[in-house]
Amino acid sequence: MADIKVTVDNITVTVPEGSTLLDAAHKAGIDIPTLCYLRDINEIGACRICVCEVVGARALVAACVYPCTDGMVAYTNTEKIKDYRRKTLQLILSDHDQDCLGCVRSTDCELQALCKRYGVEKTDYYEGVKNDFAIDASSASIVRDNNKCILCRRCTAACEKYQSIGVIGANDRGFATHIGSAFELPLAETSCVNCGQCIVACPVGALHEQDATAAVKAALADPSKTVVVQAAPSVRVGLGECFGMPIGAEVEGKMAAGMRRLGFDAVFDTNFSADLTIVEEANELIERVTKGGVLPMITSCSPGWIKFIEHYYPELLPNVSSCKSPQQMFGGVVKTFWAEKKGIDPKDIVSVSIMPCTAKKFECGRDDQSAAGVPDVDYALTTRELGRLINEAGIDFVNLPDEPYDDPLGESTGAAVIFGATGGVMEAALRTAVEWITGQQLGKDLLEFQDVRGVEGVKEASYKVGDLEVSVAVASGLANARKVLEMVKSGEKNYTFIEIMACPGGCVNGGGQPHVPAKIKNFIDVREVRAKGLYDLDEARPLRRSHENPSIKAIYDEYFGSYGSHKAHEVLHTTYVARKVNADHE
Amino acid sequence: MKTLQDLKDIKAAKGGQIDIRFNPDTAEAAVKTYVLVCGGTGCQSNHSVEVMEELKKLIDAAGKKDDIQIIQTGCQGLCAKGPIMVVHPGNVFYQEVKPDMVEKIFNEHILRGVPVEEYLMMEELPSGEKIHYVDSPFYKDQLRMALRNCGKIDPEDIDEYIARDGYLALAKALKEMTPDDVIKEVVDSGLRGRGGGGFPTGKKWMFASANRGEVQKFVACNADEGDPGAFMDRSILEGDPHSVLEAMAIAGYAIGANQGYIYVRAEYPIAVDRLKIALDQARDYGVLGKNIFGSGFDFDVDLRLGAGAFVCGEETALMTSIEGNRGEPRPRPPFPAVKGLFAQPTVLNNVETYANIPQIILNGASWFNQYGTETSKGTKVFALGGKVNNTGLVEVPMGATLRQVVEEIGGGVPNGKKFKAAQTGGPSGGCIPAKSYDVPIDYESLKAIGSMMGSGGMIVLDEDNCMVDIAKFYLGFTVSESCGKCTPCRIGTKRMLEILEKISAGRGEIEDLDKLDELAHYIQANALCGLGQTAPNPILSTIEHFRDEYEAHIIEKRCPAGVCKALLNYVIDPEKCKGCTKCARNCPVGAISGAVKQPHVIDPAKCIKCGACMENCAFGAISRK
Repeated sequence: MADIKVTVDNITVTVPEGSTLLDAAHKAGIDIPTLCYLRDINEIGACRICVCEVVGARALVAACVYPCTDGMVAYTNTEKIKDYRRKTLQLILSDHDQDCLGCVRSTDCELQALCKRYGVEKTDYYEGVKNDFAIDASSASIVRDNNKCILCRRCTAACEKYQSIGVIGANDRGFATHIGSAFELPLAETSCVNCGQCIVACPVGALHEQDATAAVKAALADPSKTVVVQAAPSVRVGLGECFGMPIGAEVEGKMAAGMRRLGFDAVFDTNFSADLTIVEEANELIERVTKGGVLPMITSCSPGWIKFIEHYYPELLPNVSSCKSPQQMFGGVVKTFWAEKKGIDPKDIVSVSIMPCTAKKFECGRDDQSAAGVPDVDYALTTRELGRLINEAGIDFVNLPDEPYDDPLGESTGAAVIFGATGGVMEAALRTAVEWITGQQLGKDLLEFQDVRGVEGVKEASYKVGDLEVSVAVASGLANARKVLEMVKSGEKNYTFIEIMACPGGCVNGGGQPHVPAKIKNFIDVREVRAKGLYDLDEARPLRRSHENPSIKAIYDEYFGSYGSHKAHEVLHTTYVARKVNADHE
Repeated sequence: MKTLQDLKDIKAAKGGQIDIRFNPDTAEAAVKTYVLVCGGTGCQSNHSVEVMEELKKLIDAAGKKDDIQIIQTGCQGLCAKGPIMVVHPGNVFYQEVKPDMVEKIFNEHILRGVPVEEYLMMEELPSGEKIHYVDSPFYKDQLRMALRNCGKIDPEDIDEYIARDGYLALAKALKEMTPDDVIKEVVDSGLRGRGGGGFPTGKKWMFASANRGEVQKFVACNADEGDPGAFMDRSILEGDPHSVLEAMAIAGYAIGANQGYIYVRAEYPIAVDRLKIALDQARDYGVLGKNIFGSGFDFDVDLRLGAGAFVCGEETALMTSIEGNRGEPRPRPPFPAVKGLFAQPTVLNNVETYANIPQIILNGASWFNQYGTETSKGTKVFALGGKVNNTGLVEVPMGATLRQVVEEIGGGVPNGKKFKAAQTGGPSGGCIPAKSYDVPIDYESLKAIGSMMGSGGMIVLDEDNCMVDIAKFYLGFTVSESCGKCTPCRIGTKRMLEILEKISAGRGEIEDLDKLDELAHYIQANALCGLGQTAPNPILSTIEHFRDEYEAHIIEKRCPAGVCKALLNYVIDPEKCKGCTKCARNCPVGAISGAVKQPHVIDPAKCIKCGACMENCAFGAISRK
């Protein structure tokens, strides 16, 4: 597209045709404030905080959606505009639960930041009635407090555009407008998949995870309990952000140190069970391929994705791998193998996971996720919750030393750590499956399956593996998953193996990851930055194939016997249920 | 499929019976008696259908089916006097016709040619003289262009429309004009949008005309008329639906679109029914559909029913609603002409705008633009309501003064009360005070005095109307109709309304006027759509012209018009009170006490200010202060 010249606050910049005033200002080094705008998914000009003056325009314009024209002259920061923005903030505050000090988003709130920026002194300048909404805490994962909602619609856009679910939307109108489900159903009774993309989209404290930190703290304080913790791959490239570190900072060692200081009896790594997932899943794939099982096989690591297929494509459930997710495999191993080894009654073990995910909170409560007769995982915390625990404990996270994870469930390969990025599970599985099928070790250059890397929503690749033609697809974001499933259903595509992650970009961008303000997200692809941290870790690992993990070899020698054994099935595999749209079981 | 010649034949065959209704004085002697019964919403709810049935029974019983024809028309205009019946020849109007009056009209007038004087529709002149309706200013001073067929043809019979040159404009456009010729004619006519904004219609068409034949385009009609008191679009759809269909097809030809949508309120069931009938007939005749008049041009129209949201009258919200989403406006640009329905170039006009198009094409731009003012051409239909004698639809040339419309055509303010203001433009408009009575009505001058044309609602207010209360009414309407999308409208208008409520409850402070003013200007500048941006207009215009009334509420805690309940007190004048006890017996809360034949008193602590005492006092002893 042609370039055009735009003058913003007397700075002339050249931008591609089709750029918005917000983009042009950004290029000129000017930060126009936004609240409702999320690039690509929520370009609705609703909140009016970004209003600017364009010379010759009839009225003020919303910079986030206003298309630049060649020679356009705009002012973004006049006293009049700032006064209007202040009034917009004051109006929002006049219908906002101003319990800011007690809010989970305090100091991390986009509304609060703007109030500070614009010096909103009188937060009660506009008096009047406030809406009084009931808090919806019905979901296992997500709490909605509409008294804090500013109706930016970022959550509904995420639900609809990223995930193609749309279980939330604007209900009622005028002053009574609020975000809710069809027929005002509690969220738990809808076909919400608990992905939490709504939470990470929310600029304020209207959405947050079901907080389980109190229960974990109680367990840690209980001497009769053995409290073990596992942390997922993506947490190590997110947690640092809770402590002011750069986006995507890799904090694997500090995280182990931090969790140890919180008092966990054993600090393990979900990476271990990611390797375990790969050997079980690669084994299942080879069995399906060689024995005429249902293909394509689809991954099962992402609980948001699992609930999605249960609601929207139950007819394709036989395609889903029966492997539990790494979180649940880990919990199963802890309460069977590890408990036996340590001589601890599984009932006395409290199994905690740290996840970049809110759907994990739902997953650990599912049926058929209790290998030892008690839930495999007791509490699934988000990255944000771990951040809060560490902060509350007064741990100087940034300056912690790097510490290792505990053996034997702390050992992992590079194949495990890339699980957090879209395409990572596919790549890890291919590394193992290709070597097993061909009986030959992949060279370093062949070990990296670049075709399935990157943040693109749907990726495809074909590989010649021995005599087999293996055709794979990788999708992240459920709207993209839907596209792939439709192609599978129609017979348009014949894939062998599909990786699906509920969140766009995979777990690095999960609903449990630290909040990144829209003013950053709109200009930086956070998914890429965090994923790079994982790929760097993979490259630095001495072992990069799951089946090479010595602890994995040991657990099969000592406990499971062989891949896909009866015992492995008891502990490491699960079942699914067909669900209806906006209803639970069929 | 009809050819142009077929249409001309239909016109010729129908001509006689149509001509007498339009030119009653000069038409050739009729062979039949025609009885027009209004089937508009107003008259139907006053039982005009029963009137028609009664008449039909009488005609059948008398065996006069071949001599007397009943025609159900759309709105005749003077809704206050409905149901209305017109008998031709003679052009005799009857008002408030009840089923039990029909027999007399039938026997005396229709059979024997002697009009029934007592049922005639009469107008009282200011002098007190009574004249037949057809001699009154209401009838004679209007210039009916958009409404030209309303009330005179059967809207359910396409042949009657054809007899009025129907679809000849479309034929002319398709056969004799290029699409650019059509656009030029509309541009030259000076026609501007009748829905509110007043954007030049031809310009709109021109913007949407690029890349004809290369991209999918749409023509849409805004029939989501929602201003309180406005019903001109409903009347056109009920009375002359084909004029809109024909105009949409012309617009489709002009911009290169093959599909139209009419977004019409579901609360307009008669309009919807007549549109459906019209669509069926138009498709049947081939004036909609494939290869219209053999020109190769295809065009069809679908209906979409609105679910009652006022905001869906805003063009982008309307299109969002047609697309199946929650009706909410979206930011412009891009404008609909570039990116409209389903993200395709779209022309959207309202009903009244379209109703002007066929005549512009047939008679030419210069015929149209001879009417009106420099910047506002043609006519405008107003729905005249409130404190005015002739409530109904009136169509006048642009540039007529408010005084002409209210005093002459409208017959003035009833009960000898004084004209105080006229509210135009609905919730987006403002109040025009008496001092602007002689301002010519056009887009620019209304805007200059703080109101706007809007869709044409005109509510007349007299000395008994409280302007704070009026402002509160309109703002209350906007607050409850706001879609809730943008902050200024969702919260800002609510906060303004709360201040107005405070003032009318007697709790206002003088600073509140500043706060209202500040919020009003903030909302005008910051709201997302036209509905929000204009929501403060009723407040700003009433503060500007009637600031003294606001101040009376705030400073003196007094409502000069005696409307705001919290500020009223009912008192009994002991001099006039005869002690008849009627007021005490009618007080629903027992607030009045007093012995028989002794002056009574009202306990203000108990009084709920319902006014029942005052209404019931035979001696005028009770007053409101």
